[in-house]
Amino acid sequence: MVIDATRMKSLGDRFAEAEVRGRSPWADARKRFAHNKAAVAGLVVLILIGLFALFGNLIAAWSNEELDFAVMGQVAELGRPSFASGHYFGTDDLGRDLFARTVQGTRISLMVGIVGSAIAVIAGTLYGATAGYVGGRIDNVMMRTVDILMSVPYMFVLILLLVIFGRSITMLFVGIGLISWLDMSRIVRGQTLSLKHKEFIEAAQATGVPTFTIIRRHIVPNLLGVVAVYATLLVPLMILTESFISFLGLGVQEPLTSWGALISEGAGTINYGTLWQLAFPLFFFVITLFAFFFVGDGLRDALDPKDR
Amino acid sequence: MALLELRDLEVSFDTNDGVVNAVNGVSFDLAKGRTLGIVGESGSGKSQLAFAIMGLLAKNGHARGSVRFGGQEILNAPPRVINPIRAMKIAMVFQDPMTSLNPYMRVCDQMAEVLVHHKGMARAGAVAESVRMLDAVKIPDAAGRIRLYPHEFSGGMRQRVMIAMSLLCRPQLLIADEPTTALDVTVQAQIMALLADLQRDFGMATILITHDLGVVAGFCEDVLVLYGGQVMERSPVDPLFAEPAHPYTRGLLRAIPRVDQHGEELDSIPGSPPNMTRAPKGCPFAPRCNFAAEDCHDHLDPITEFAPGRWRACNRKVEELA
Amino acid sequence: MLAYIAKRLAIAVPTLLLLIIISFLLMHAAPGGPFTQERALPAAVLANLEAKYGLDQPLWRQMATYVWGIVSDFDFGPSFIYKDRTVNEIIAQGFPVTLTYGSLSFLLAVIVGVTLGVFAAIYHNSWLDYLAVGISIGAQVLPNFVMAPILVLVFTLWLRWLPGGGWEGGQWQYIIMPVIALSTSFMASIARITRSSMLEVLNSNHIRTARAKGLPERKVILRHALKPAMLPVISYLGPAFVTMITGSVVVDIYFSTGGIGKAFVDSALNRDYAVMMGVTILVGALTILFNLVVDILYAWIDPKIRY
Repeated sequence: MVIDATRMKSLGDRFAEAEVRGRSPWADARKRFAHNKAAVAGLVVLILIGLFALFGNLIAAWSNEELDFAVMGQVAELGRPSFASGHYFGTDDLGRDLFARTVQGTRISLMVGIVGSAIAVIAGTLYGATAGYVGGRIDNVMMRTVDILMSVPYMFVLILLLVIFGRSITMLFVGIGLISWLDMSRIVRGQTLSLKHKEFIEAAQATGVPTFTIIRRHIVPNLLGVVAVYATLLVPLMILTESFISFLGLGVQEPLTSWGALISEGAGTINYGTLWQLAFPLFFFVITLFAFFFVGDGLRDALDPKDR
Repeated sequence: MALLELRDLEVSFDTNDGVVNAVNGVSFDLAKGRTLGIVGESGSGKSQLAFAIMGLLAKNGHARGSVRFGGQEILNAPPRVINPIRAMKIAMVFQDPMTSLNPYMRVCDQMAEVLVHHKGMARAGAVAESVRMLDAVKIPDAAGRIRLYPHEFSGGMRQRVMIAMSLLCRPQLLIADEPTTALDVTVQAQIMALLADLQRDFGMATILITHDLGVVAGFCEDVLVLYGGQVMERSPVDPLFAEPAHPYTRGLLRAIPRVDQHGEELDSIPGSPPNMTRAPKGCPFAPRCNFAAEDCHDHLDPITEFAPGRWRACNRKVEELA
Repeated sequence: MLAYIAKRLAIAVPTLLLLIIISFLLMHAAPGGPFTQERALPAAVLANLEAKYGLDQPLWRQMATYVWGIVSDFDFGPSFIYKDRTVNEIIAQGFPVTLTYGSLSFLLAVIVGVTLGVFAAIYHNSWLDYLAVGISIGAQVLPNFVMAPILVLVFTLWLRWLPGGGWEGGQWQYIIMPVIALSTSFMASIARITRSSMLEVLNSNHIRTARAKGLPERKVILRHALKPAMLPVISYLGPAFVTMITGSVVVDIYFSTGGIGKAFVDSALNRDYAVMMGVTILVGALTILFNLVVDILYAWIDPKIRY
């Protein structure tokens, strides 16, 4: 999964142009978004997943730590999903309720995705906007640094960090967020640079509008669209990264769990005929990624309607 | 038989905001070797008219009506018909020389491929011929510079390259779509002088699309004034400037600054060109016209020849435009 | 061009050095030494061990020795856990495997992705386009760790066509699933990027000029559109390469292919810092080298890049 730079650039251009043409990209965006069936469906799915994460444990018959001794050792026969036993999604090979575990995994995965994406967006925007607005030698040094950091194999360094400093969930949040701010900073810098030389900014400078007001009135609103779309598209990437690390057993640790950890468990036990262990977490994982993807894409298309 | 015959050409685009009618029923003939200027404000449909003739409309564009070249119908023609005509018989020079040349190919390759493709020439011969053509458009050190990439040329030089490329196969018709708009004023004059020389030497018919009546005066024999995708007036160039017969043409002429009338304020035409999403029922210029009457908003009389070789589309008589 | 390559190299070398130094310092910042075990070793044994691994030397000296070992002999030192094996041996064992299925996956992703993207753009808004978009959107949510179990489920457990893991010297049956699992999501990304950049290029002015020349559409695309359309794809190849190497860790674990990913995760779980660092630095060097190739490729296509 990747965020398409060409289309992000096109969106940026549109926001830079919009002020010249006097027609805000936000004006018709809501209407266009509402007409985009995939995006609306994605939004509905996201809301449902959110509700599931928040209130799922209220309808769970078992807690996520309880072991159901009745099914232990015969999970393939007795641990199937069933309403009668209260294990709506079945149990894992230790006899823990998969429904409750999935609720918990959803919470952690969503949280990592949203917090990680927020960290990346804030760091990237600050860094990129500073480099772009200040310009000159400082910009040069800052962007060279980004170039250098780009060629660091982050996942390996992150795992190194997790191993050395212990696998805490905070470390995971920060580490994942710090992986992804580089792209964001490049996009924001490019956008700031192209805005800086637009006539309406020069006009504002010429008429003596204070710098801070220019940033607030002209730069920030025009960055907002790009940042919003990027942040939405970044969340699934963060979820992917966390799942990847957890799949390797290096991410969140028991008794906590996440989609990646659950998929890992499910993938490890497909030989034993307990397919539900893989199917349910995978379903939530895939459907959420799809939903974020469609919402982000729909948001961008609503803001930058081009026939593509 | 005229070289190029347009009959009721219409061009429309499907967009997110609905159907945009860029050209609404344009007809004219162009004889061999003649020069025609098509004048209009931006958004008057003049560029789309040219693209429709060449079959270069964007994918969401549709053209209706008829365009005959040498008696052959070429509007919406399949590639098998239109490709041998492009560059060979009708060539085009585009508005923006910065982006119209391929930035990733050396000029020699871009030029030579035309001759290799259409005339089956060997590459070496094609490059030699291209160098001769670059000489003809007065590019200094053509043999050396043909190996460069487009971004290594200045804007004016790039437009010269573009013109040389269009003339490689000695076309019978050259369509120049605002060839000087993107250039500096001094360079504009050089390019127009060059085009006039080449037109005289090569003798091809030329359509010059521009928003600048001044350029038309120096270059063209005939003028077609376009507004809202419709022909407002068509006339040989001298009588058009002497006695413009359409309120819009008059407005355009009054908006040109003149050296001999210092201090006088320039007249501008009030209002702005129509929104082409809704095709106007009557005269497209009516909302901005000083002479408009009630009926102008409802219908427009078909274009008529009011004097030999002079045509106009206006409900008011010439005498009424005092 | 040579000057350009030299300039890029001048950036690449310090980057690599920086990576080595940071990894080294990180290792030393780790709480507890490599021989801190649940049962404390006798002081004399510990001192002996530390002397053997040079841990009694001052930090800068250790670092200099380590860096020099890598630079002069490509020697990453001994493993901390497997007392009789060096990091080099561990890497040399897994690297050829990773390289084999890694390059196959990379080629597959690029070739299929680009082809799919180009045709989708040419036949924009046709069924082919919709199919390509559908496939690429679908495959985006199928990263290697999702593809791997699904493939095993279908081809090993249900159809019984392919073995569920192992390497066996790289016989084709053992290569197929690792390659597909690793390449699917990249193929999708490449297809998507190719499609949108191709659409952008096909709408550009110089393509209109090429059409006005009377060239057949095939020539317009091959000679004029393909090169510029490849530029965004090429800039994506750098990050894709990194993510793919990372993905090889999952492949090694799930399919027991025995590549360097396995060594990495084992060392991470065992706190075998020497092996972790060795792998990290190797991957970093490969990444930097690959980015260099990508930059040169980019400069070769785009004449506007200043050397």
